Amino acid sequence: MSAHANLERRRQAIYGWLLLSPAAVLLTVFAFYPSIATLWSSTFSRGTRRKPTEFVGIENYKDLFADPIFWQVVKNNLFYAGITIPVSIGIALAMALWANSKISARGFVRTAYFTPTVLPMIAAANLWLFFYTPGLGVLDQIGSVFGLPSVNWLGQPETALWAIIIVTIWKEAGFFMIFYLAALQTIPEDLKEAADIEGTSRWTYTRRIVLPLLMPTTLFIAVNAMINSVKLIDHLFILTKGGPSDASKLILYYIWEMAFAFFDAPHAAAMTILVIAVLGLVAAVQFFYLDKRTHYQ
Amino acid sequence: MKSLSKFMDSFGAILLAIIWIAPLLFAFWAATHSTSDAVNLNLFSPWTLDNFRVAWDGAPWLKYFINTFMLVTVILIGQFILTTLAGFAFAQLQFPGKDFVFILVLMQLFILPEVLIVENYAMVSRLGLFDTILGVGMPYMASAFGIFLMRQSFKGVPIELHEAARIEGCGLLGILWRVYVPLAKPTYLAYALVSVSTHWNNFLWPLIVTNSPETRPLTVGLSIFGAPENGVDISIISAATLMSVAPLLIAFLIFQRQFVQAFLRAGIK
Repeated sequence: MSAHANLERRRQAIYGWLLLSPAAVLLTVFAFYPSIATLWSSTFSRGTRRKPTEFVGIENYKDLFADPIFWQVVKNNLFYAGITIPVSIGIALAMALWANSKISARGFVRTAYFTPTVLPMIAAANLWLFFYTPGLGVLDQIGSVFGLPSVNWLGQPETALWAIIIVTIWKEAGFFMIFYLAALQTIPEDLKEAADIEGTSRWTYTRRIVLPLLMPTTLFIAVNAMINSVKLIDHLFILTKGGPSDASKLILYYIWEMAFAFFDAPHAAAMTILVIAVLGLVAAVQFFYLDKRTHYQ
Repeated sequence: MKSLSKFMDSFGAILLAIIWIAPLLFAFWAATHSTSDAVNLNLFSPWTLDNFRVAWDGAPWLKYFINTFMLVTVILIGQFILTTLAGFAFAQLQFPGKDFVFILVLMQLFILPEVLIVENYAMVSRLGLFDTILGVGMPYMASAFGIFLMRQSFKGVPIELHEAARIEGCGLLGILWRVYVPLAKPTYLAYALVSVSTHWNNFLWPLIVTNSPETRPLTVGLSIFGAPENGVDISIISAATLMSVAPLLIAFLIFQRQFVQAFLRAGIK
């Protein structure tokens, strides 16, 4: 080991850390420290004027597990995920197959599918408000043509969450489509030709050849859809505010409400930790899966 | 038979496309007609721009536009600088602790900034950045995703170019600036489009951190403007909504190809 190589190594180390430091500082300040601080503050009681905060261990978590609204919100979010993930994947696939086939007006079709992706969720909610408003909304107008009674889609517990779900699917399906579209374009033409020569029906070709080849894309999209089912809550602020009687409240909205409407930071922190734990689990599953895929290649 | 199935395909695809843009079309319809004509779907009613005029006068939109523009610019500049430096360090330099730090950065990909609102709010207040545009933008600047993207892009640069620049007497930062950054232009463009459209549309965090019309971005302004307490009717809400999405929507319609490519590149990593 010459002195020169040693010097070069030290130079690289200094440069490396110097270049990294601005990002490292911000990541620490806005990601790592807050994560640990959240864990820490979830173990303290909420301070009031008479009673200062004190260490309570897992008391906040116990409170949450005893809170019926918490379970209602968890149930809502599972339902939200359970519907939005498969339905938006299915629609995205149909869109991609169509947008990739030789149909007329293909450019228009692609643009129409993708457009909701570039709109803010708040704007999307405003657009859908026009559909859902009882009496005046488009859905009611269409219903009244067929003699159906007016429905308060956002105002009744049975339909409020569905109304939210539809907006989410509308927003994300076109985004997922582009990943399918990209994957479809990598499928070699000769597979289709071979299938045609064999006289395979289009349905069989799609099911036996296209879908298996799209599997990695589907898993990638599924992970994204799962993250979205935690993240996409902006439209709640416009459409339902979680109501009526918590029927459409989702976890992140509840965290926001807990912290910034009820000023109960410790319970919000406890809930945040639970969400991070679930997201971590998703991440672990994805890493495990990605590992497997690289072995296949 | 074949032509029938092709017709059905076109029909289905176009029907879905029409359903998909229907909310936008209805909003456009509502915004350009009087409220009563809009809700009665009176097809032959006169067109009007009054709703836009009323909506424009109802809130400091120009200020909101400027705020959003400033916000996405500040975030983008911060992201470009931070992710370029960090991505270069991860891609081309050897130093102790590199792998460990890289794993830490990857972990941040899964801790969504949205989830940490409570503590990040406390942090921003502590730094005295509450209700400032910098406060809204700062948590997003050291984007783990951006660092990862830049690292991948820099790794693809041939080492010969690096060596050649060094022999010419270029320092390390000079090499980064003259060799790596120009070659990563497509990545920067893709990242910029994704970043701008993400933050143009972001809502929850700006809602928490801003507290005055001086800093409020469009999305937050729009949500306040449309709140039922304000009693604004559907035509005016539609007009305000279309106004606030117009810049991004028009940009998308013009540069559609680049947008789709950008989202693809950014998504697949």
